[in-house]
Amino acid sequence: MEFLSTIISGISLGSIYALIALGYTMVYGIAKMLNFAHGDVIMVGAFMMFTALTKTSLPPIACIIVGTIICTVLGMLIEKIAYKPLRSATSLSVLITAIGVSYFLQNSAQLIFGAGTKQFTPLFGNGSVSLFDGQVVISHNTIVTIIISVVLMIVLTLFINKTKTGRAMLAVSEDKGAAQLMGINVNKTISITFAIGSALAAIAGALLCSSYPILSPTTGAMPGIKAFTAAVFGGIGSIPGAMIGGILLGVIENLSKVYISTQLSDAIVFGILIIILLVKPTGILGKKISEKV
Amino acid sequence: MAPLLQVDNIEVYYGVIKALKGISFEVNKGEIVALIGANGAGKTTILHTVTGLLKPKTGKILFKGNDITKVPAHKIVTMGMAHVPEGRRIFSQLSVLDNIKLGAFTRKDKEEIEETLNYVYERFPRLKERKNQIAGTLSGGEQQMLAMGRALMSKPEFVLMDEPSMGLSPLLVSEIFEIIKAINENGTTVLLVEQNAKKALSIADRAYVLETGNIVLSGDAKDLMNDESVKKAYLSE
Repeated sequence: MEFLSTIISGISLGSIYALIALGYTMVYGIAKMLNFAHGDVIMVGAFMMFTALTKTSLPPIACIIVGTIICTVLGMLIEKIAYKPLRSATSLSVLITAIGVSYFLQNSAQLIFGAGTKQFTPLFGNGSVSLFDGQVVISHNTIVTIIISVVLMIVLTLFINKTKTGRAMLAVSEDKGAAQLMGINVNKTISITFAIGSALAAIAGALLCSSYPILSPTTGAMPGIKAFTAAVFGGIGSIPGAMIGGILLGVIENLSKVYISTQLSDAIVFGILIIILLVKPTGILGKKISEKV
Repeated sequence: MAPLLQVDNIEVYYGVIKALKGISFEVNKGEIVALIGANGAGKTTILHTVTGLLKPKTGKILFKGNDITKVPAHKIVTMGMAHVPEGRRIFSQLSVLDNIKLGAFTRKDKEEIEETLNYVYERFPRLKERKNQIAGTLSGGEQQMLAMGRALMSKPEFVLMDEPSMGLSPLLVSEIFEIIKAINENGTTVLLVEQNAKKALSIADRAYVLETGNIVLSGDAKDLMNDESVKKAYLSE
C-alpha cells in the first residue's frame, strides 16, 4: 500500500513538473531557445499569491488567478524586453540573457521580500482522503494538484490542435518563414507562447507551494531545472513529451525517496536522464531533427 | 494601366554580401512572368524580398500602387499576394487539410473559405484523397501540389512560385506547369522562378534573365527562347 501512495504522490509532484516543463518545451519549440528564467517565474507567481493571501482577504482561488495574471504579463514582458531584440542573435547570447533574467528575478525578489523563507499555507486545506481502511492516505492537496494539472493539459492540447492560434503555433514551430507566408504574425505567436507558458508556471507555483509550503527567492530554481530535465526526458519541443516526462520524473523521484534514499533521489533522477539521453538522444517522444539541404 | 507589381531598383544584402545589385522589373495583371538564371543569381532572393521575408536596403516595391517595401510579410499576404516557396516548405507534422487551412489563415468568412477549398480540391484531386494524411508522408509531387493549393487558399490575385518543378519527374513537371497555366487562365497573375528555363519560357508571357544579382536581359518569352545567348546558357542546346 505504501507503493500505491508513493505512486500517487509521485504523479502529483510529476504533474507539477509537467506544467512547468510545458513552458520550457513550448518556448523551445517556437522560439528555439531555452528560457532558463522560466523556473523563476514560478517563484514570482508563488510570491504574488503569498502576498495576496496574507495581505488581502481574497479567497485562495482568487489569489491564484491574480498570481497567474501577473505572471502571464511578466512572461510577455520578459520576452519583449530581453529576448525579442535578440531574435537574430546566436543561441549562446540568448541563453546567457536568459540566465541573466533568472538572476534578475531572484535578486529582485530578494530585495522586495527578503532572503529568508516564508511559510506558505496549503491552498486546499489540510484534509485528506483515506482508502483501503486508512492504509492509503491521500491529501486533498495531492488530489487537487492532479485534477488541476490534468484539466490544464487537456485544455492546452485542445487549444493547440483545435484553434487557429494553436495551429499557428505549430506552424511557427516548424517553419517561421513559411508561417509568415501564411499571414501568421510570428512575433505575436511567440508572445502568446510565453504568456501561456508563464501562466502554467504560475499555477504550478501555487500547486508546488501548497504541497511543499516553503517559499524563498530561489524556490523556482530546483523545480525549474527538474522540469527542464523532464522536458528533455520527454523530448524537447514535444508537448505530450513534456507531460509524460514530467509525470515520470515525479514518480521516479518519489520512488527513489521512499525505497532508496532521500539524499540520493536527485542524483538518481538526473542519472536516469543521462542514461535515457545516451540511449535515445532525442528523448522519449523527441523528433529527429533533419537538416534541410 | 499601372503594373500589378513594380520593383524599383532594389538592393538586398546578406550581411556584407550584396545579393541584388539594383533590380527593377514589373509584372502586369494577368501575365505569367518568368525569372530565369543560374544558381545563386538572386532569383529566390527577389521573391523573398517581394513577399517581405527580406527587406531591401534601397529601392521600392509597389503592389497594386501601394508601397509595400516596409510592410511585414504576414500583412502582405492579406493584400492578395501568395508565395509558393522553394522546397515547398509544407508543415510536415500537420495533416494535408491543416496545411491547406493554414493557407486561409488571414481569411474570416467560413463559407467563402469552404468555396476556395472546393476549388483547390478540384484543381488537385489528390489532395482531397489524402486530406487526413500527415503532410510529411506525401511524395515530392504531392507536396508541391499541397504548397500550391495552400497558397491558393488565400485567394491571391498574384502568386509567386519558386522552383515548382524542382526534384520532380518529367511527367510531374509537365503536370505542374499545366496547373500553373490553368491557375493563370483563372485570372491569377504569376511570377515564376525556374531553373527549368525551357519549360518556364514555354508558358510565360515575358521573362527576365538574371546573372549574379543583375537583370541582364528581358523581353517576350518567345523572343528570349530564340535568343542565341539564352539558348546557349540556359536551354542547353
